Amino acid sequence: MTKEAIIIAGFGGQGVLSMGKILAYAGLIEAKNVSWFPAYGPEQRGGTANVTVILSDSRISSPVLNTFDTAIILNQQSLDKFESKVRPGGILVYDPQGISRKPTRTDITIYTVNAMEIATEMDNVKAFNMIVLGAYLKVQPIVRLESVMTGLKKSLPERHHKLLPMNQAALIKGGEMVESLSV
Amino acid sequence: MKNELVLLKGNEAIAHAAIRCGADGYFGYPITPQSEIMETLMELRPWDTTGMVVLQAESEVASINMVFGGAATGKKVMTSSSSPGVSLMQEGISFSCGADLPMLLVNVMRGGPGLGTIQPSQADYFQTVKGGGHGDYKLITLAPSSVQEMVDFVDLGFELSFKYLIPCMILADGVIGQMMEPVTLPPYKPRRTAEQIAAECPWAANGKPAGRYRNVVTSLELDPAKMEKKNEVRQERFRLVEATEVRYEEFLCEDADYLIVAFGSAARVCQSAVEDLRSQGIKVGLLRPITLWPFPSKVLSKYAEKVKCMMTVELNAGQMNEDVRLAVNGKVHVYHYGRMGGIVPTPEEVTEALKSHL
Repeated sequence: MTKEAIIIAGFGGQGVLSMGKILAYAGLIEAKNVSWFPAYGPEQRGGTANVTVILSDSRISSPVLNTFDTAIILNQQSLDKFESKVRPGGILVYDPQGISRKPTRTDITIYTVNAMEIATEMDNVKAFNMIVLGAYLKVQPIVRLESVMTGLKKSLPERHHKLLPMNQAALIKGGEMVESLSV
Repeated sequence: MKNELVLLKGNEAIAHAAIRCGADGYFGYPITPQSEIMETLMELRPWDTTGMVVLQAESEVASINMVFGGAATGKKVMTSSSSPGVSLMQEGISFSCGADLPMLLVNVMRGGPGLGTIQPSQADYFQTVKGGGHGDYKLITLAPSSVQEMVDFVDLGFELSFKYLIPCMILADGVIGQMMEPVTLPPYKPRRTAEQIAAECPWAANGKPAGRYRNVVTSLELDPAKMEKKNEVRQERFRLVEATEVRYEEFLCEDADYLIVAFGSAARVCQSAVEDLRSQGIKVGLLRPITLWPFPSKVLSKYAEKVKCMMTVELNAGQMNEDVRLAVNGKVHVYHYGRMGGIVPTPEEVTEALKSHL
Protein backbone atom coordinates (compact mmCIF):
# COMPACT_ATOMS: atom_id res chain seq x y z
CA MET A 1 0.00 0.00 0.00
CA THR A 2 1.37 3.38 -0.88
CA LYS A 3 -1.77 5.50 -0.75
CA GLU A 4 -5.49 4.91 -0.25
CA ALA A 5 -7.97 7.77 -0.63
CA ILE A 6 -11.43 7.00 0.68
CA ILE A 7 -14.69 8.94 0.53
CA ILE A 8 -17.28 7.91 3.10
CA ALA A 9 -20.69 9.41 2.40
CA GLY A 10 -24.20 9.08 3.76
CA PHE A 11 -26.74 10.82 5.98
CA GLY A 12 -25.78 12.88 9.01
CA GLY A 13 -26.18 10.65 12.06
CA GLN A 14 -25.12 7.42 10.35
CA GLY A 15 -21.66 7.69 11.87
CA VAL A 16 -19.91 8.70 8.65
CA LEU A 17 -17.50 11.16 10.27
CA SER A 18 -16.69 8.90 13.21
CA MET A 19 -16.08 5.92 10.89
CA GLY A 20 -13.54 8.09 9.09
CA LYS A 21 -11.99 9.19 12.35
CA ILE A 22 -11.57 5.62 13.60
CA LEU A 23 -9.99 4.64 10.27
CA ALA A 24 -7.62 7.62 10.49
CA TYR A 25 -6.69 6.67 14.06
CA ALA A 26 -5.96 3.11 12.96
CA GLY A 27 -3.67 4.51 10.27
CA LEU A 28 -1.91 6.71 12.81
CA ILE A 29 -1.35 3.68 15.05
CA GLU A 30 0.30 1.90 12.11
CA ALA A 31 2.58 4.94 11.65
CA LYS A 32 1.02 5.97 8.34
CA ASN A 33 0.45 9.52 7.23
CA VAL A 34 -3.26 10.27 7.52
CA SER A 35 -5.67 13.09 6.79
CA TRP A 36 -9.38 13.46 7.55
CA PHE A 37 -11.37 16.22 5.93
CA PRO A 38 -15.13 16.49 6.54
CA ALA A 39 -17.82 18.30 4.66
CA TYR A 40 -18.67 20.43 7.67
CA GLY A 41 -21.50 22.69 8.69
CA PRO A 42 -25.22 22.16 8.24
CA GLU A 43 -24.50 18.58 7.15
CA GLN A 44 -23.94 17.69 10.80
CA ARG A 45 -27.60 18.41 11.49
CA GLY A 46 -29.09 16.00 8.95
CA GLY A 47 -28.83 15.93 5.18
CA THR A 48 -25.81 14.40 3.55
CA ALA A 49 -22.47 14.06 5.34
CA ASN A 50 -19.16 13.00 3.89
CA VAL A 51 -15.52 12.74 4.85
CA THR A 52 -12.34 12.21 2.86
CA VAL A 53 -9.78 9.98 4.58
CA ILE A 54 -6.32 9.46 3.11
CA LEU A 55 -3.85 6.86 4.42
CA SER A 56 -0.39 6.97 2.89
CA ASP A 57 3.18 5.83 3.36
CA SER A 58 4.41 9.18 2.07
CA ARG A 59 3.57 12.81 2.84
CA ILE A 60 -0.04 13.65 1.95
CA SER A 61 -0.33 16.64 -0.34
CA SER A 62 -3.97 17.58 -1.03
CA PRO A 63 -6.51 16.57 1.63
CA VAL A 64 -9.25 17.60 -0.83
CA LEU A 65 -9.71 15.27 -3.78
CA ASN A 66 -11.96 14.71 -6.76
CA THR A 67 -11.17 11.04 -7.41
CA PHE A 68 -10.97 8.28 -4.86
CA ASP A 69 -9.58 4.77 -4.59
CA THR A 70 -12.61 3.71 -2.59
CA ALA A 71 -16.11 5.06 -2.03
CA ILE A 72 -18.13 3.85 0.97
CA ILE A 73 -21.69 4.85 0.22
CA LEU A 74 -24.61 4.86 2.62
CA ASN A 75 -27.43 6.63 0.78
CA GLN A 76 -28.80 7.27 -2.71
CA GLN A 77 -27.69 10.92 -2.95
CA SER A 78 -24.11 9.94 -2.11
CA LEU A 79 -24.15 7.11 -4.65
CA ASP A 80 -25.38 9.51 -7.33
CA LYS A 81 -22.68 12.00 -6.38
CA PHE A 82 -19.65 9.76 -5.87
CA GLU A 83 -20.02 6.69 -8.13
CA SER A 84 -18.37 8.57 -11.00
CA LYS A 85 -15.54 9.76 -8.72
CA VAL A 86 -14.08 6.30 -8.05
CA ARG A 87 -10.93 5.80 -10.10
CA PRO A 88 -11.04 2.99 -12.67
CA GLY A 89 -10.02 -0.20 -10.88
CA GLY A 90 -11.18 1.24 -7.55
CA ILE A 91 -13.70 -0.05 -5.04
CA LEU A 92 -17.27 0.88 -4.17
CA VAL A 93 -18.88 -0.51 -1.01
CA TYR A 94 -22.54 0.26 -0.32
CA ASP A 95 -25.49 -0.74 1.81
CA PRO A 96 -28.32 -1.65 -0.59
CA GLN A 97 -31.01 -0.59 1.87
CA GLY A 98 -32.69 2.53 0.51
CA ILE A 99 -30.86 2.32 -2.81
CA SER A 100 -33.26 2.32 -5.76
CA ARG A 101 -30.83 3.28 -8.53
CA LYS A 102 -27.98 0.79 -8.30
CA PRO A 103 -24.40 1.50 -9.39
CA THR A 104 -23.69 0.81 -13.05
CA ARG A 105 -19.91 1.10 -13.33
CA THR A 106 -18.19 -1.98 -14.74
CA ASP A 107 -14.59 -0.77 -14.40
CA ILE A 108 -14.62 -0.84 -10.61
CA THR A 109 -15.19 -3.59 -8.03
CA ILE A 110 -18.52 -3.26 -6.27
CA TYR A 111 -19.39 -4.80 -2.90
CA THR A 112 -22.55 -4.69 -0.84
CA VAL A 113 -23.10 -5.16 2.86
CA ASN A 114 -26.59 -5.22 4.39
CA ALA A 115 -25.33 -3.26 7.34
CA MET A 116 -28.61 -1.79 8.57
CA GLU A 117 -30.26 -5.21 8.43
CA ILE A 118 -27.36 -6.83 10.32
CA ALA A 119 -27.32 -4.01 12.89
CA THR A 120 -31.03 -4.53 13.50
CA GLU A 121 -30.48 -8.28 13.89
CA MET A 122 -27.67 -7.56 16.35
CA ASP A 123 -30.19 -5.36 18.15
CA ASN A 124 -27.78 -2.44 17.96
CA VAL A 125 -28.31 0.10 15.21
CA LYS A 126 -25.39 2.12 16.58
CA ALA A 127 -23.07 -0.65 15.37
CA PHE A 128 -24.09 0.22 11.79
CA ASN A 129 -20.94 2.14 10.85
CA MET A 130 -18.63 -0.49 12.36
CA ILE A 131 -20.33 -3.19 10.26
CA VAL A 132 -19.69 -1.10 7.15
CA LEU A 133 -16.08 -0.47 8.21
CA GLY A 134 -15.60 -4.21 8.83
CA ALA A 135 -16.92 -4.96 5.35
CA TYR A 136 -14.57 -2.45 3.76
CA LEU A 137 -11.50 -3.69 5.66
CA LYS A 138 -12.27 -7.25 4.62
CA VAL A 139 -12.04 -6.34 0.92
CA GLN A 140 -9.29 -3.74 1.38
CA PRO A 141 -7.24 -4.63 4.48
CA ILE A 142 -5.28 -1.36 4.60
CA VAL A 143 -5.15 -1.46 8.40
CA ARG A 144 -5.36 -4.36 10.86
CA LEU A 145 -8.51 -4.92 12.90
CA GLU A 146 -6.43 -4.66 16.11
CA SER A 147 -5.37 -1.16 15.05
CA VAL A 148 -9.01 -0.24 14.47
CA MET A 149 -9.85 -1.45 17.96
CA THR A 150 -6.97 0.57 19.43
CA GLY A 151 -8.16 3.56 17.40
CA LEU A 152 -11.67 3.07 18.69
CA LYS A 153 -10.42 2.96 22.24
CA LYS A 154 -8.61 6.26 21.70
CA SER A 155 -11.51 8.06 20.08
CA LEU A 156 -14.22 6.81 22.46
CA PRO A 157 -14.53 8.50 25.86
CA GLU A 158 -13.69 6.07 28.67
CA ARG A 159 -17.31 5.89 29.85
CA HIS A 160 -18.16 4.19 26.53
CA HIS A 161 -15.36 1.60 26.68
CA LYS A 162 -17.87 -1.07 27.74
CA LEU A 163 -19.14 -0.84 24.13
CA LEU A 164 -15.81 -1.99 22.68
CA PRO A 165 -16.67 -5.74 22.50
CA MET A 166 -19.93 -4.95 20.68
CA ASN A 167 -18.03 -2.81 18.16
CA GLN A 168 -15.48 -5.56 17.63
CA ALA A 169 -18.28 -8.05 16.97
CA ALA A 170 -19.78 -5.61 14.45
CA LEU A 171 -16.46 -5.20 12.63
CA ILE A 172 -16.09 -8.98 12.33
CA LYS A 173 -19.72 -9.47 11.30
CA GLY A 174 -19.36 -6.85 8.56
CA GLY A 175 -16.32 -8.68 7.23
CA GLU A 176 -18.26 -11.95 7.12
CA MET A 177 -21.31 -10.50 5.39
CA VAL A 178 -19.72 -8.42 2.62
CA GLU A 179 -20.66 -9.65 -0.87
CA SER A 180 -19.03 -9.01 -4.21
CA LEU A 181 -21.34 -7.98 -7.04
CA SER A 182 -18.71 -8.53 -9.70
CA VAL A 183 -18.71 -11.75 -11.67
CA MET B 1 9.30 15.60 28.35
CA LYS B 2 8.47 13.45 25.32
CA ASN B 3 6.54 15.12 22.52
CA GLU B 4 3.12 13.56 21.96
CA LEU B 5 1.77 12.43 18.56
CA VAL B 6 -2.00 12.83 18.37
CA LEU B 7 -4.74 13.13 15.76
CA LEU B 8 -6.30 16.59 15.93
CA LYS B 9 -8.38 19.04 13.95
CA GLY B 10 -6.57 22.26 13.05
CA ASN B 11 -8.85 24.20 15.36
CA GLU B 12 -8.29 21.80 18.26
CA ALA B 13 -4.55 22.03 17.61
CA ILE B 14 -4.62 25.82 18.11
CA ALA B 15 -6.23 25.33 21.52
CA HIS B 16 -3.73 22.68 22.68
CA ALA B 17 -0.81 24.78 21.42
CA ALA B 18 -2.07 27.91 23.18
CA ILE B 19 -2.14 26.19 26.56
CA ARG B 20 1.22 24.51 26.01
CA CYS B 21 3.01 27.69 24.93
CA GLY B 22 2.10 29.36 28.22
CA ALA B 23 -0.62 31.70 26.99
CA ASP B 24 -2.26 33.78 29.72
CA GLY B 25 -5.66 34.28 28.15
CA TYR B 26 -8.06 33.59 25.29
CA PHE B 27 -11.07 35.80 24.60
CA GLY B 28 -13.43 34.89 21.79
CA TYR B 29 -16.88 34.58 20.35
CA PRO B 30 -17.98 31.43 18.50
CA ILE B 31 -18.31 31.32 14.71
CA THR B 32 -18.06 28.50 12.16
CA PRO B 33 -15.62 27.15 10.99
CA GLN B 34 -13.43 27.83 14.05
CA SER B 35 -15.74 27.24 17.02
CA GLU B 36 -13.73 24.18 18.08
CA ILE B 37 -10.91 26.47 19.22
CA MET B 38 -12.89 27.82 22.18
CA GLU B 39 -14.80 24.54 22.62
CA THR B 40 -11.52 22.66 23.02
CA LEU B 41 -10.14 25.27 25.42
CA MET B 42 -13.30 25.03 27.53
CA GLU B 43 -13.03 21.23 27.53
CA LEU B 44 -9.34 21.28 28.51
CA ARG B 45 -10.05 23.72 31.40
CA PRO B 46 -6.56 25.27 31.48
CA TRP B 47 -7.63 27.61 34.32
CA ASP B 48 -7.38 24.57 36.58
CA THR B 49 -3.86 23.69 35.45
CA THR B 50 -1.79 26.51 33.97
CA GLY B 51 -4.07 29.29 35.19
CA MET B 52 -4.84 30.44 31.62
CA VAL B 53 -8.07 32.44 31.36
CA VAL B 54 -10.61 31.34 28.73
CA LEU B 55 -13.55 33.67 28.32
CA GLN B 56 -16.46 33.78 25.93
CA ALA B 57 -17.04 37.47 25.36
CA GLU B 58 -20.36 38.99 24.38
CA SER B 59 -19.13 39.80 20.86
CA GLU B 60 -16.07 39.94 18.63
CA VAL B 61 -15.75 43.67 19.41
CA ALA B 62 -15.56 42.84 23.10
CA SER B 63 -13.08 39.98 22.47
CA ILE B 64 -10.52 42.11 20.68
CA ASN B 65 -10.78 44.86 23.29
CA MET B 66 -10.28 42.31 26.07
CA VAL B 67 -7.17 41.18 24.18
CA PHE B 68 -6.05 44.83 23.99
CA GLY B 69 -6.44 45.11 27.76
CA GLY B 70 -4.61 41.88 28.48
CA ALA B 71 -1.79 42.73 26.06
CA ALA B 72 -1.41 46.18 27.61
CA THR B 73 -0.37 44.46 30.85
CA GLY B 74 2.27 42.40 29.03
CA LYS B 75 0.28 39.15 29.10
CA LYS B 76 0.31 36.58 26.28
CA VAL B 77 -3.28 36.87 25.08
CA MET B 78 -5.12 35.85 21.96
CA THR B 79 -8.42 35.68 20.15
CA SER B 80 -9.75 33.78 17.16
CA SER B 81 -12.63 34.17 14.78
CA SER B 82 -13.66 33.71 11.17
CA SER B 83 -14.04 36.30 8.43
CA PRO B 84 -17.22 38.21 9.45
CA GLY B 85 -16.08 38.19 13.09
CA VAL B 86 -12.61 39.39 12.14
CA SER B 87 -14.20 42.29 10.23
CA LEU B 88 -15.87 43.33 13.48
CA MET B 89 -12.45 43.29 15.19
CA GLN B 90 -10.74 45.64 12.74
CA GLU B 91 -11.06 48.75 14.91
CA GLY B 92 -9.50 46.93 17.86
CA ILE B 93 -6.71 45.56 15.66
CA SER B 94 -5.87 49.04 14.38
CA PHE B 95 -5.87 50.38 17.96
CA SER B 96 -3.59 47.50 19.03
CA CYS B 97 -1.16 48.30 16.23
CA GLY B 98 -1.31 51.97 17.18
CA ALA B 99 -0.42 51.04 20.75
CA ASP B 100 2.32 48.62 19.57
CA LEU B 101 0.83 45.68 21.47
CA PRO B 102 1.89 42.06 21.03
CA MET B 103 -0.97 39.59 20.61
CA LEU B 104 -2.00 36.54 18.64
CA LEU B 105 -4.99 36.66 16.30
CA VAL B 106 -6.38 33.67 14.41
CA ASN B 107 -8.66 33.94 11.37
CA VAL B 108 -10.05 30.64 10.05
CA MET B 109 -11.36 32.16 6.83
CA ARG B 110 -14.73 31.43 5.24
CA GLY B 111 -16.23 32.65 2.00
CA GLY B 112 -17.48 36.24 1.79
CA PRO B 113 -18.14 39.08 1.47
CA GLY B 114 -20.68 39.68 4.21
CA LEU B 115 -21.95 36.64 6.05
CA GLY B 116 -21.08 34.72 2.87
CA THR B 117 -20.74 31.01 3.52
CA ILE B 118 -19.20 28.79 6.17
CA GLN B 119 -17.05 26.93 3.65
CA PRO B 120 -13.26 27.51 3.20
CA SER B 121 -11.88 30.65 1.61
CA GLN B 122 -8.75 32.80 1.44
CA ALA B 123 -10.52 36.01 0.57
CA ASP B 124 -9.29 37.90 3.66
CA TYR B 125 -5.75 38.16 2.28
CA PHE B 126 -6.12 41.86 1.46
CA GLN B 127 -7.82 42.56 4.79
CA THR B 128 -4.93 40.95 6.66
CA VAL B 129 -1.81 42.05 4.81
CA LYS B 130 -2.96 45.44 3.51
CA GLY B 131 -4.60 46.56 6.75
CA GLY B 132 -8.28 45.90 7.33
CA GLY B 133 -8.37 48.72 9.85
CA HIS B 134 -7.21 52.31 9.44
CA GLY B 135 -3.70 53.72 9.61
CA ASP B 136 -0.22 52.70 8.47
CA TYR B 137 0.15 49.31 10.04
CA LYS B 138 1.13 45.74 9.28
CA LEU B 139 0.28 42.40 10.86
CA ILE B 140 2.90 39.67 10.90
CA THR B 141 0.89 37.07 8.98
CA LEU B 142 1.55 33.33 9.17
CA ALA B 143 -0.30 31.03 6.75
CA PRO B 144 -0.41 27.41 7.97
CA SER B 145 -0.90 24.65 5.42
CA SER B 146 -1.07 21.72 7.85
CA VAL B 147 -2.41 20.94 11.29
CA GLN B 148 1.19 20.71 12.53
CA GLU B 149 1.75 24.30 11.43
CA MET B 150 -1.40 25.33 13.33
CA VAL B 151 0.41 24.04 16.42
CA ASP B 152 3.83 25.46 15.58
CA PHE B 153 2.61 28.93 14.57
CA VAL B 154 0.94 29.63 17.91
CA ASP B 155 4.28 29.66 19.73
CA LEU B 156 6.06 31.27 16.77
CA GLY B 157 3.34 33.90 16.44
CA PHE B 158 3.61 34.95 20.08
CA GLU B 159 7.40 34.96 19.84
CA LEU B 160 7.48 37.22 16.78
CA SER B 161 4.75 39.46 18.14
CA PHE B 162 6.57 40.08 21.42
CA LYS B 163 9.91 40.48 19.66
CA TYR B 164 8.68 43.22 17.30
CA LEU B 165 5.64 44.53 19.23
CA ILE B 166 3.41 43.92 16.21
CA PRO B 167 0.20 41.82 16.44
CA CYS B 168 0.56 38.47 14.70
CA MET B 169 -2.22 36.88 12.66
CA ILE B 170 -2.47 33.17 11.89
CA LEU B 171 -4.38 33.27 8.61
CA ALA B 172 -5.88 29.81 8.21
CA ASP B 173 -9.00 28.66 6.39
CA GLY B 174 -11.86 26.21 6.81
CA VAL B 175 -9.86 23.32 5.34
CA ILE B 176 -6.96 23.62 7.77
CA GLY B 177 -9.29 24.36 10.69
CA GLN B 178 -11.58 21.40 10.08
CA MET B 179 -9.19 18.71 8.83
CA MET B 180 -7.53 16.19 11.13
CA GLU B 181 -3.90 15.15 10.82
CA PRO B 182 -1.38 13.60 13.20
CA VAL B 183 0.50 16.31 15.06
CA THR B 184 3.32 16.44 17.54
CA LEU B 185 2.38 18.58 20.51
CA PRO B 186 5.24 20.44 22.18
CA PRO B 187 5.98 20.11 25.90
CA TYR B 188 4.31 22.59 28.29
CA LYS B 189 6.06 25.92 28.75
CA PRO B 190 5.23 27.62 32.03
CA ARG B 191 3.38 30.94 31.92
CA ARG B 192 5.67 33.89 32.57
CA THR B 193 5.86 35.18 36.11
CA ALA B 194 5.09 38.81 36.99
CA GLU B 195 8.85 39.41 37.36
CA GLN B 196 9.57 37.97 33.92
CA ILE B 197 6.83 40.11 32.36
CA ALA B 198 8.18 43.21 34.10
CA ALA B 199 11.66 42.46 32.75
CA GLU B 200 10.54 41.59 29.19
CA CYS B 201 7.83 44.23 28.81
CA PRO B 202 9.07 47.45 30.44
CA TRP B 203 6.29 49.29 28.57
CA ALA B 204 3.48 47.24 30.16
CA ALA B 205 0.84 49.01 32.26
CA ASN B 206 0.82 46.54 35.11
CA GLY B 207 1.41 48.65 38.17
CA LYS B 208 3.80 51.53 38.76
CA PRO B 209 6.86 50.70 40.85
CA ALA B 210 8.64 53.47 42.67
CA GLY B 211 11.38 55.05 40.59
CA ARG B 212 9.76 55.41 37.19
CA TYR B 213 6.96 57.38 35.62
CA ARG B 214 3.68 55.55 34.95
CA ASN B 215 3.38 53.60 31.68
CA VAL B 216 0.56 54.67 29.38
CA VAL B 217 -0.60 52.31 26.62
CA THR B 218 -2.54 54.21 23.98
CA SER B 219 -2.74 54.76 20.25
CA LEU B 220 -3.68 58.42 20.75
CA GLU B 221 -1.15 61.24 20.31
CA LEU B 222 -2.49 64.69 19.48
CA ASP B 223 0.90 66.28 18.74
CA PRO B 224 1.49 65.53 15.04
CA ALA B 225 5.26 65.78 15.34
CA LYS B 226 5.27 63.13 18.09
CA MET B 227 2.73 61.08 16.14
CA GLU B 228 4.93 61.12 13.06
CA LYS B 229 7.93 60.07 15.12
CA LYS B 230 5.93 57.17 16.61
CA ASN B 231 5.00 56.10 13.09
CA GLU B 232 8.59 56.37 11.87
CA VAL B 233 9.83 54.18 14.69
CA ARG B 234 7.10 51.66 13.87
CA GLN B 235 7.97 51.71 10.17
CA GLU B 236 11.61 50.98 11.07
CA ARG B 237 10.43 47.89 12.91
CA PHE B 238 8.42 46.89 9.84
CA ARG B 239 11.55 47.20 7.66
CA LEU B 240 13.45 45.02 10.16
CA VAL B 241 10.74 42.35 10.02
CA GLU B 242 10.80 42.47 6.21
CA ALA B 243 14.58 42.02 6.27
CA THR B 244 14.72 39.17 8.77
CA GLU B 245 11.46 37.23 9.11
CA VAL B 246 10.46 36.14 5.59
CA ARG B 247 9.51 32.47 5.54
CA TYR B 248 8.55 30.28 2.60
CA GLU B 249 8.74 26.69 1.38
CA GLU B 250 9.99 25.54 -2.02
CA PHE B 251 8.72 22.33 -3.57
CA LEU B 252 10.56 21.16 -6.73
CA CYS B 253 11.43 24.76 -7.67
CA GLU B 254 15.11 24.17 -8.48
CA ASP B 255 14.72 23.14 -12.15
CA ALA B 256 11.19 24.46 -12.69
CA ASP B 257 10.08 25.99 -16.00
CA TYR B 258 6.79 27.10 -14.43
CA LEU B 259 6.09 28.23 -10.91
CA ILE B 260 2.87 27.93 -8.95
CA VAL B 261 2.57 30.28 -5.97
CA ALA B 262 0.00 29.31 -3.34
CA PHE B 263 -0.44 29.51 0.44
CA GLY B 264 -2.37 27.59 3.08
CA SER B 265 -4.77 24.88 1.97
CA ALA B 266 -4.45 25.93 -1.70
CA ALA B 267 -0.75 25.04 -1.49
CA ARG B 268 -1.66 21.50 -0.42
CA VAL B 269 -3.92 21.11 -3.44
CA CYS B 270 -1.19 22.57 -5.66
CA GLN B 271 1.38 20.12 -4.33
CA SER B 272 -0.74 17.27 -5.69
CA ALA B 273 -1.08 19.13 -8.99
CA VAL B 274 2.71 19.62 -9.18
CA GLU B 275 3.30 15.90 -8.57
CA ASP B 276 0.80 15.10 -11.32
CA LEU B 277 2.29 17.62 -13.80
CA ARG B 278 5.81 16.36 -13.07
CA SER B 279 4.66 12.80 -13.86
CA GLN B 280 3.52 14.17 -17.24
CA GLY B 281 7.01 15.58 -17.83
CA ILE B 282 6.10 19.22 -17.18
CA LYS B 283 8.64 20.89 -14.91
CA VAL B 284 6.52 22.77 -12.41
CA GLY B 285 7.52 23.94 -8.96
CA LEU B 286 5.53 25.26 -6.03
CA LEU B 287 6.55 28.22 -3.93
CA ARG B 288 4.51 28.49 -0.74
CA PRO B 289 4.73 31.78 1.16
CA ILE B 290 4.55 30.94 4.88
CA THR B 291 4.71 34.59 5.94
CA LEU B 292 2.22 36.58 3.85
CA TRP B 293 3.67 39.68 5.47
CA PRO B 294 6.59 39.95 5.24
CA PHE B 295 6.08 38.62 1.72
CA PRO B 296 8.80 36.51 0.03
CA SER B 297 9.28 39.03 -2.78
CA LYS B 298 13.04 38.53 -3.19
CA VAL B 299 12.88 34.81 -3.90
CA LEU B 300 10.00 35.34 -6.36
CA SER B 301 12.02 38.02 -8.11
CA LYS B 302 14.88 35.51 -8.39
CA TYR B 303 12.61 32.86 -9.93
CA ALA B 304 11.18 35.45 -12.34
CA GLU B 305 14.59 35.32 -14.09
CA LYS B 306 14.34 31.56 -14.58
CA VAL B 307 10.73 30.50 -15.21
CA LYS B 308 8.51 30.98 -18.27
CA CYS B 309 5.47 32.06 -16.28
CA MET B 310 3.97 31.97 -12.82
CA MET B 311 0.45 31.14 -11.68
CA THR B 312 -1.10 31.94 -8.33
CA VAL B 313 -3.74 29.57 -7.00
CA GLU B 314 -5.95 31.00 -4.26
CA LEU B 315 -9.41 30.53 -2.80
CA ASN B 316 -10.23 34.07 -3.90
CA ALA B 317 -10.34 36.25 -7.00
CA GLY B 318 -6.57 36.81 -7.11
CA GLN B 319 -5.45 38.81 -4.07
CA MET B 320 -1.94 37.49 -3.40
CA ASN B 321 -1.57 37.58 -7.19
CA GLU B 322 -1.05 41.36 -6.88
CA ASP B 323 1.87 40.91 -4.48
CA VAL B 324 3.47 38.33 -6.76
CA ARG B 325 3.12 40.73 -9.68
CA LEU B 326 4.75 43.48 -7.63
CA ALA B 327 7.56 41.10 -6.70
CA VAL B 328 8.34 40.02 -10.27
CA ASN B 329 7.85 43.57 -11.57
CA GLY B 330 6.74 42.61 -15.07
CA LYS B 331 9.57 40.12 -15.70
CA VAL B 332 7.14 37.22 -16.21
CA HIS B 333 3.41 36.92 -16.62
CA VAL B 334 1.60 35.96 -13.42
CA TYR B 335 -1.64 34.12 -14.20
CA HIS B 336 -4.28 33.36 -11.61
CA TYR B 337 -6.51 30.41 -10.92
CA GLY B 338 -8.98 30.75 -8.11
CA ARG B 339 -12.28 29.49 -6.76
CA MET B 340 -14.55 31.60 -4.61
CA GLY B 341 -17.51 31.36 -2.31
CA GLY B 342 -16.30 28.34 -0.35
CA ILE B 343 -15.30 26.08 -3.25
CA VAL B 344 -11.90 24.40 -2.92
CA PRO B 345 -10.26 23.63 -6.27
CA THR B 346 -9.27 20.03 -6.97
CA PRO B 347 -5.74 19.08 -8.02
CA GLU B 348 -7.13 18.20 -11.49
CA GLU B 349 -8.49 21.73 -11.96
CA VAL B 350 -5.13 23.25 -11.02
CA THR B 351 -3.35 20.88 -13.41
CA GLU B 352 -5.66 21.88 -16.26
CA ALA B 353 -5.35 25.59 -15.41
CA LEU B 354 -1.56 25.43 -15.55
CA LYS B 355 -1.56 23.44 -18.80
CA SER B 356 -3.72 26.11 -20.43
CA HIS B 357 -0.79 28.53 -20.03
CA LEU B 358 1.99 26.32 -21.43
